[in-house]
This record gives sequence, C-alpha cells and structure tokens, in this order.
Amino acid sequence: MNQSNVLYIDLERKGFYVKNRSELFNEWLGGVGAALQLYKEEAVKGVDPFDPGNAIVFAIGPLTALYPLASKVVAVFKSPLTGNYGESHAGGRSATAIKSAGYEAIVIKGVSDRPIYLVISEKGVQFRDAATLWGMGSTYTVGRVLREALPGAGVRTIMRIGRAGEKFVRYACVVTETYRHFGRMGLGAVFGSKKLKALIVHGKSGIRLPKIKFYRDAYDEIYELAVKSDSMKKYHELGTPMNVLPLNSLGALPTRNLSEAKFEGAESISGEDLAAKKLGRRVACSHCPVACIHLATIREPYPDEPYFYKTTFVSYDYEPMYSMGSMLGIFDVDGLLKLIDEVERGGLDAMSTGVALAWATEAYKKGFVKSNDVLVDIDWGKVDAYRVAVNFIVNQPNDFYKALAMGVDYASKIYGGREFALSFGGNEMPGYHTGPATHIGYLIGSRHSHLDGAGYSIDQKMKDLSPEELVDKLIEEECWRQVLSSLVVCYFARRIYEPSIVKKALNALEYELDEDRLKELGRRIYEEKQALKASQGFKPTELRIPERIFEVPTFHGLLDKNYMKAALEHYSKIFNKIVEKTF
Amino acid sequence: MKRLAIMDAERCVGCQLCMFACSRRLGFAGLDKAALHVKSIGGFERGFTVVVCRACIDAPCLRACPVDALRARAGGGVLLDLSKCIGCRFCERACDIGAVFWDDSTNKPVICVHCGYCVSYCNFRVLGMEMED
Repeated sequence: MNQSNVLYIDLERKGFYVKNRSELFNEWLGGVGAALQLYKEEAVKGVDPFDPGNAIVFAIGPLTALYPLASKVVAVFKSPLTGNYGESHAGGRSATAIKSAGYEAIVIKGVSDRPIYLVISEKGVQFRDAATLWGMGSTYTVGRVLREALPGAGVRTIMRIGRAGEKFVRYACVVTETYRHFGRMGLGAVFGSKKLKALIVHGKSGIRLPKIKFYRDAYDEIYELAVKSDSMKKYHELGTPMNVLPLNSLGALPTRNLSEAKFEGAESISGEDLAAKKLGRRVACSHCPVACIHLATIREPYPDEPYFYKTTFVSYDYEPMYSMGSMLGIFDVDGLLKLIDEVERGGLDAMSTGVALAWATEAYKKGFVKSNDVLVDIDWGKVDAYRVAVNFIVNQPNDFYKALAMGVDYASKIYGGREFALSFGGNEMPGYHTGPATHIGYLIGSRHSHLDGAGYSIDQKMKDLSPEELVDKLIEEECWRQVLSSLVVCYFARRIYEPSIVKKALNALEYELDEDRLKELGRRIYEEKQALKASQGFKPTELRIPERIFEVPTFHGLLDKNYMKAALEHYSKIFNKIVEKTF
Repeated sequence: MKRLAIMDAERCVGCQLCMFACSRRLGFAGLDKAALHVKSIGGFERGFTVVVCRACIDAPCLRACPVDALRARAGGGVLLDLSKCIGCRFCERACDIGAVFWDDSTNKPVICVHCGYCVSYCNFRVLGMEMED
C-alpha cells in the first residue's frame, strides 16, 4: 500500500511538516473517516469555530484519482453556523490535485497575522501574501488572478473565499474551480477567521499499482456502469435541476418560505427549460464522465451603448433553483441567474442565503422587521431588491444584516418569526418538503443536511413506516454514506458504488475488506460523529422544529407532531447509547 | 496507420478521463504519465484546450533529438527509445503545441504513440482515430 502522507500546516508560525499516517488510513480508509480522527487529534476540544485552535481538515480516499467518480474532497471543521460539527464536500479538480501533490489529507491550524494564501505541491507549502486579494469584490476575479499567476494548469485546484468569508458570514462558502463549492456550514468563514484567502494545490506525483490487471478490470466495470446507467445520463443531460418539476408536481417544492409547496413558476426554473433556453456549456469534475455541472449564459446589453453586450456564465443546480427561485417566488429566470451570480461573487452558500432571504421577506411582510432594517424593499419575485440584499448580507451595514449573516436561527431569536425560520440544527433547510423522513433527516443527520440520510428519497419510496423504522432507515443510509465519503466517491454515483463494487475496487488496490467490514466501518464512523457532536455540546432534546413545516401538507398529508416527537425520542435513545458507549 | 486526433474540442467537458486512461495504459494511476493534456482555456466557462500529439510527418521533436532516441513512426509521430534518451529536453522545447510531456520521476519525455486507448474512454467524442492524409 502507498504511503498516506498528511500535510500539517500551522498558519501562525507559517510552518508545515509531513507525516506518514498509514495506520490511520488503514483503519479508517480515508475521507471522512480519516478526517474526523485528524480533527479530533488536532483541534482544541470545545473550541470556538473562529479560535486559532479550530482545525480544518481536507481528506481524500483510497479511490481518489484511481476510479471514475471518485472526485470529491471532504472537509471537516467546526461550523460557525451551527456551533457544532462541520462537514462539507466539493469536487472540481480538488481531489485529484491533492492526490497528485502526494497527500491524503491536509490539516490547517492557527490564524495568520495577515491575509495569506497557500500554494501546496509535492515540495511543501508556500505562504504567500494575500493583501492584494483580500477584499476583492468577486470570487471570479480572485480565481482569475491566481490562475494566471501560478503553475499547474489542468492539474490543480484553486480554492478561495469571497468577501462573505472575510466578513465572517456564518454560511460563507469556499469556491473551488469557480463553479464547485464547499458550500454548507460556513467553511468560508473559518477560512476568513484564519485570514486564509485561498488554497492552491498542484502536483505531478504518479501512483504505481501492484495489480494493474485487476485494477484495469475493476476500472472498466465501473466506467461502463457510469456511462451506461440511466441515472447518470439524466445528471448529464439536465443536471440536478431535473428535480424541479417532479418535486413540484408532488407538492414538495418549498415555495415563498414554505408557505406553499407548489410553485406556479416551476416550469420557468426547471432543468428542461434551462437546458433548452440557457444552457451554454457542461463541464465535469476531474475523473467524472458524467459532467453534471451546467453553466447557463446570460446575455445582457449595456444600457449606455448600443450593441455592447456582456455574456456571463452562471452555474445552476437544483439547490439554488429552489432556495433563490421558488423560495423567493422568482419566475424570471434571467433574474434568478443574476441573483445566483451575485451569491457566487460574494462567496455565500446558495441554500442558506436563499432561506435567509425568504425568512427576511416574510418577517418584513409580517412586521417583525421594519424598512430601516431591511433597507431595500424585498418582496417575492423582486430580483433586483434581492440582489442588493445579498450584498447587504455580505457587508452587514446594520444590526439586522449582522443578525441575518449569523443564519435564520439566530436572526429569528432576535427579531421573532421563529415559527417560520426554516433551520434545522442551526442549518438552513434544503429544498425538499417530501414528508416526515426528509424533515426528521434534517434534524438527526450529522450535518443537518438532506444528504446525510436522504430522507427525501425514503419519503418517495416508502410509506407507513413507524417512526422508529423511519429513524433506523435514515441511520442505516447515513452509515453506508460514511463509507462512500471515506472512499471518497460522489454521492451521485451511490448506485454504482454498491457494496460489491466497492469491495472489488478496493481489492484491486490490495485492500482486503469484505462487505460486512465495510458496513461495520460505516457504522463506526457514524458513531464517532455522534460522539464528537456530543462532545461539542449537541443535544437531540434541544432540536427545534419550525412550526411552518406542520402547516403545509406534503404528499403524505400534514405532518404529525406526535410522529415527529416519537421519531426524535427514538433517535435520542440511539444517540445517548452511542455517547455512553464512547465516554 | 491511424493517428489520434481531436474531433471537436468544443465537446470537451474537462473530465480528464483520457489522461487517466493514458497513465493506466502504462501501469500507473493518476495523471502523471499522461501523453496528452486537458486544461481550461482560462476558466471552465470558456471550455478546454486539449493537447495531443499531431503525429507530424517531419517531426521537429525528432529533429531536435541529439542522440537519436526518437525515430519516425509509420503514419506520423515518433517512437521513443528510453535507453538512448539523455533527458536533455530539446524535444520538449521543439514542440510548439506542447505535446511532448515530461516525466519528472524518470527525467524522460512522455510522447503519444497513437495507440488510441484514451479514445475508448472519451465519452463525448472529443478524441478519435483518423487515417493520416
């Protein structure tokens, strides 16, 4: 087996060292399994997310740069949004670049005394002055400057934050390769707190394989599955916004801050319509033959000169279509794309931003906040006002926007309107109002994300589950996803990377793991996460359920409070058992 | 003899499966040993530059080699004799399109042999094989 080099970086001393951690990677595979342990080793216990003692860990896994769709990097940190366990995944070129630079994980600690960016390669780390980049208006520009200044075109990743990260917006993201993101839970703000503007990784390390024939056979099997499966084909054709119309027809598309779950403008923000009218280019993460990244074009005339246009490319996915489209009641697709672009420039998480603006709109309309709070006349569908408001979130010109930049949970504590503040465990709601499983999933998932246990999928496939069965199903799925996130493969490929295929892929690399051991490992990682959450102060009994979700029917009918309560009680028992076992 | 050719670079999505395939052909994983290269033109939105050997008939890289480590391949391009190569990098400099790649670990060039292995992994028909005119 290859060495498993971990690169440790101290921003305060501007120093680094590399250590072979094969024992850690043998035990935990890599990805989230390894990152979690590295976080526990390196971060100060109970630390504030913005304290120098908070650590950021990036990790890849044993399949990275080796198999198709093993295209993601996992980041683990303490989230400034939830004040608890933070985890976020991104693709682009990041995974291949880290592997090519010769590392399995990168650990970043400390706070720099001045803005810096890091250039990482096989040779180690350069600490470069980011004074010129700090405060730049757009993450696009930062990317462009670094792209032109640095080596490694084609085999590098350029992760950077926007002004939202510099200004500690609790849901600031880290942008990588312009159109991919460590989106959720505020990694961008943790970068900002460390005065870390960007992270560039490039390299050329080769990987020699002992069992090349087995490897090629396993590779070909996965490749065939990837290019021939129907689900992958859809991701390529329409991308994730293929979900807009099906969810809308189910009455599961949260609309105008989930005051409804059907959007009369769904057609205009659907994957079908966008592909037909706006799609300009499709691109792929490194080593992904699917190419789900969809870039729309907006062609805008300049008002001051005839026949003078600017053409902008905007990446669109289901999530921003929901959070800034239906949630804000926006029909105008060009306007929506411009709003997404604004969020991209500032470096914000699209989902949290949309949900924050949706809450602000309702709070304003209901009189919880006044016009001197919102400063611009926000209302459903008013794109231009929302574009201004996005910049207010970034710049925080008054107390209201300072609060909104902390997330809707915090803002609604100050201003009221808690019952329609759509956050779960402190994280703003994803775009699925499909039934009980999705909402229980947001509550009990380790990241409070739809991707933890995929409740939206359970809602669409099963009915008449008891609350206990439902929670068990969510946890079972979340456990298996720990394996996928340790390998690390894209969740879109989860139906390709079934246990038997994972085993085959690993065996060709001389990992002797059978399916039972893989599942056992997934369970252990899940338990480790719960224990870490407990040590950071998470208590299932303190989970708040926004009243709003009970007011709007799902296709399972209105959600039942007693059912939700029973589910949470069952989860609490499981959580407490895990915590007792570990301490 | 057929040669590797770019059928339509505009169709490239930048997945780099061709580069991975090329390394794999030689018994490696990753991108390091690839004899072709895909990079963005300057941001993903503008598309990709795909660099492959043109299979020149009168190859400048061959003419630049001081030790006869390169010989002409039937149908265009060159074949490398590693045992003769002294790692001077003249061939790399002679190729204006940058299709002579460098393997830092061996200090020798990596040059496409037009085997077409990469073509079978290009899902978007960017790459293909064609007959030399």
